[in-house]
Amino acid sequence: MAGVHAEAVHRHEAPKGFIRRYIFSLDHKVIGIQYYFLALFSVFVGLLLSILIRIHLVWPQAKIPLLELLSRTGAPGGVITPEYYLSLLTMHGTIMVFFVLTTAPQSGFGNYFLPIQIGAEDMAFPRLNMLSFWVTFAGLVVLMAAFFIPDGPPISGWTAYPPLSAVGGASGPGEAVGQNLWIISIAIFCVASMLGALNFIATTLDLRAHGLSLMRMPLTCWAWFITAILALLSFAVLLAAGALLLLDRVGGTSFFVPGGLIVSDKIIKHSGGSPLLWQHLFWFFGHPEVYIAILPGMGVTSHILSTFSRKPIFGYKAMVVAMGAIGVLGFVVWGHHMFISGMSPYSAFAFSVLTMAIAVPSAIKTFNWLGTILGAKLRFPTPMLFALGFVSLFVTGGLSGIFLGQPPIDIYFHDTYFVLAHFHMIMGVAAIFGIFAGTYFWFPKMFGRMLNETMGKIHFWVTFVGVYAIFMPMHFLGLEGHPRRYSELSGFEFLKPLLGVHDFISHAAFITGAIQLVFLFNLFWSMFKGMKAAENPWEATTLEWTVPSPPPHDNFAGRHPVIYRGAYEFSVPGAEKDYVMQDSPEKVEAGH
Amino acid sequence: MGSTTLTKPESAARLDDFGRGGRGFDDFGGGDRWVPERHRVPSRSYMIAMAMALAAIVMLFAAFTSALVVRKGLSYDWVSMPMPRVLWLNTALLLLSSLTLEFSRRALGAHRAEAFARWLYVTTGLGVAFVAGQLLAWRELAAQGVYLATNPSSSFFYLFTAAHGLHLLGGIAALIYLVVRAGAIALRKQRRTAVDVTALYWHFMDGLWIYILFLLMTRF
Repeated sequence: MAGVHAEAVHRHEAPKGFIRRYIFSLDHKVIGIQYYFLALFSVFVGLLLSILIRIHLVWPQAKIPLLELLSRTGAPGGVITPEYYLSLLTMHGTIMVFFVLTTAPQSGFGNYFLPIQIGAEDMAFPRLNMLSFWVTFAGLVVLMAAFFIPDGPPISGWTAYPPLSAVGGASGPGEAVGQNLWIISIAIFCVASMLGALNFIATTLDLRAHGLSLMRMPLTCWAWFITAILALLSFAVLLAAGALLLLDRVGGTSFFVPGGLIVSDKIIKHSGGSPLLWQHLFWFFGHPEVYIAILPGMGVTSHILSTFSRKPIFGYKAMVVAMGAIGVLGFVVWGHHMFISGMSPYSAFAFSVLTMAIAVPSAIKTFNWLGTILGAKLRFPTPMLFALGFVSLFVTGGLSGIFLGQPPIDIYFHDTYFVLAHFHMIMGVAAIFGIFAGTYFWFPKMFGRMLNETMGKIHFWVTFVGVYAIFMPMHFLGLEGHPRRYSELSGFEFLKPLLGVHDFISHAAFITGAIQLVFLFNLFWSMFKGMKAAENPWEATTLEWTVPSPPPHDNFAGRHPVIYRGAYEFSVPGAEKDYVMQDSPEKVEAGH
Repeated sequence: MGSTTLTKPESAARLDDFGRGGRGFDDFGGGDRWVPERHRVPSRSYMIAMAMALAAIVMLFAAFTSALVVRKGLSYDWVSMPMPRVLWLNTALLLLSSLTLEFSRRALGAHRAEAFARWLYVTTGLGVAFVAGQLLAWRELAAQGVYLATNPSSSFFYLFTAAHGLHLLGGIAALIYLVVRAGAIALRKQRRTAVDVTALYWHFMDGLWIYILFLLMTRF
């Protein structure tokens, strides 16, 4: 037909067959959901572990049903031994940090929405994407296997410090096979993570739609991009460290094990190694890792706050630069995890100053979030509540970080509950709230139905109050000098008065944990019975809201979106509605 | 619908004003080079991905180097290790293989399909010879009673050579893939990216080996 331009109507042929569509799928949307469910499974395992920990701290002699079936040596008669307590907290930390916080925000939502938000049909390398998921899955299987071997999981914490982690079975239960499984699992995870990061970087750089310059990208895309760079560079170092640790354990080398050790009456033959070397290598990875956990949540929060304030994000450019600064600075502060290791005070000073420096871009982001909601006509659906909760928890968790960043103060607080309070607030809660915010926000697009608002609001309020109830008192426990990773308090006079605080925390934890079942129910029930979602229920501006819910196999049904403006064009003077879609050619004075 | 015939969407007319956002921020060109035929990805993406992968490998070996410096510096038990002579031959083989790979690429560029395939065979053979030579070096050391755990210096020797060797095996796998597909590659334009990407990886492995050799000579 003359005059009708030949828009590409070529559609990606969707694969047929259950296996190709849902199991070994190349579709980034399916892979994103697979990652999300992997993280969902992992978070409930981690949550269960934390409940066991909370029960044991208050009632150390409690007989926990069925636990003896899992580990006869770890929980004889259902009573958790001190060593098994350490196993539980090791697995809790490992599963939560790696398989929840590094997976859901980045690999889950990032995989699903990065291609759509930039107007692409899929990630740059779909087969590599699928490989990344299944390698991650393999890593989880190997880690979970540690629960089912006779000796149980390792006891060295998610940080796996040598010599304890390096000398094998002599140092305790779980330190023979369990620690090997841990190392292998993490090594597999490192590879999967790096492969995924490659995909994110190439996709962001090369597959953006016409008109989508980097500075028009949604902040979610920036967050995923910067996180991918961090993951690429830091996981390689963890892989190196893990290889060295494994060699110490099975190859007889002495990278980390010093000489002269006698462990459990057994003479350890290694000599000359340095435990500090492990700490440096691990934390060189470990610090960027926590930024990997939080940056996507920051991106999602910026995105959601802007959407439900009906205002552009305050200071878009500053937000981008701040995320970049956090990424770069994140690589030079690892020593603040090692202030009590005996380092030179000059080194400590340097790390401390750099750690303070990270507070600057973090504060810029916080003030910009506040600037976004200031004077705005706010809407409060559940995603907005979780985004606001993120800001609150980020501030609370971040503030305790400022204390910990000062060596003289950290010398007191290190290895106390103050540190637990800090990282749980900021990782264990703020990052999780980022995941919840993303879930409530994007669920309509992913499943074509709305999550139930009432259940969502109950979930939010009980969780929000609950996490404060759990983790605020831990600051005071830390101030009182309460060490972390202690399975029982009964042997210490100075800890006895604190038992009441633990009692309170544990009850708060039970309630908060239980309410997550409401979320779980909401999630699965709404997938099938939720109210059908419109294409753009939140009246948001980015490209995922221009496609059907759920999107077709090739996202845009053969269309090639053209971008005319930035991602946060809300309440633009002269515009027809209070939002202008990114791909709308509508001419408004503020369009740029 | 049948096979697509679209090469560029209508909006390509605005090629000159999009992608800048009006703010002068360099945006790497956005999607203007993406020709939507099927899920087509610009060949540049593959080179970027390979460059990123190499960045990660650099970090891995940087971590190993750091471990070497610390372990050697902090202890009193370091005993210098004899460097097996065969390493020099292996180095020559690897350098030669980079050269032959470049011959292969030149041949491909000049549409000489047979020469392209031939030089690929030679490169792969040299790569395999290198790995064999490395295993010979290990045997030479074992014959002298120098194993993984004998001394920190030997630990690092085996660590570096094993890590490099494993990565090189990946490169050999890629070369074998190219050899098998050499016919198809010579004919089709888009598959040449595979050759470029493999070449980048291979040359990097070459350079990495030179670095490891330098470490072995100066720090061991």
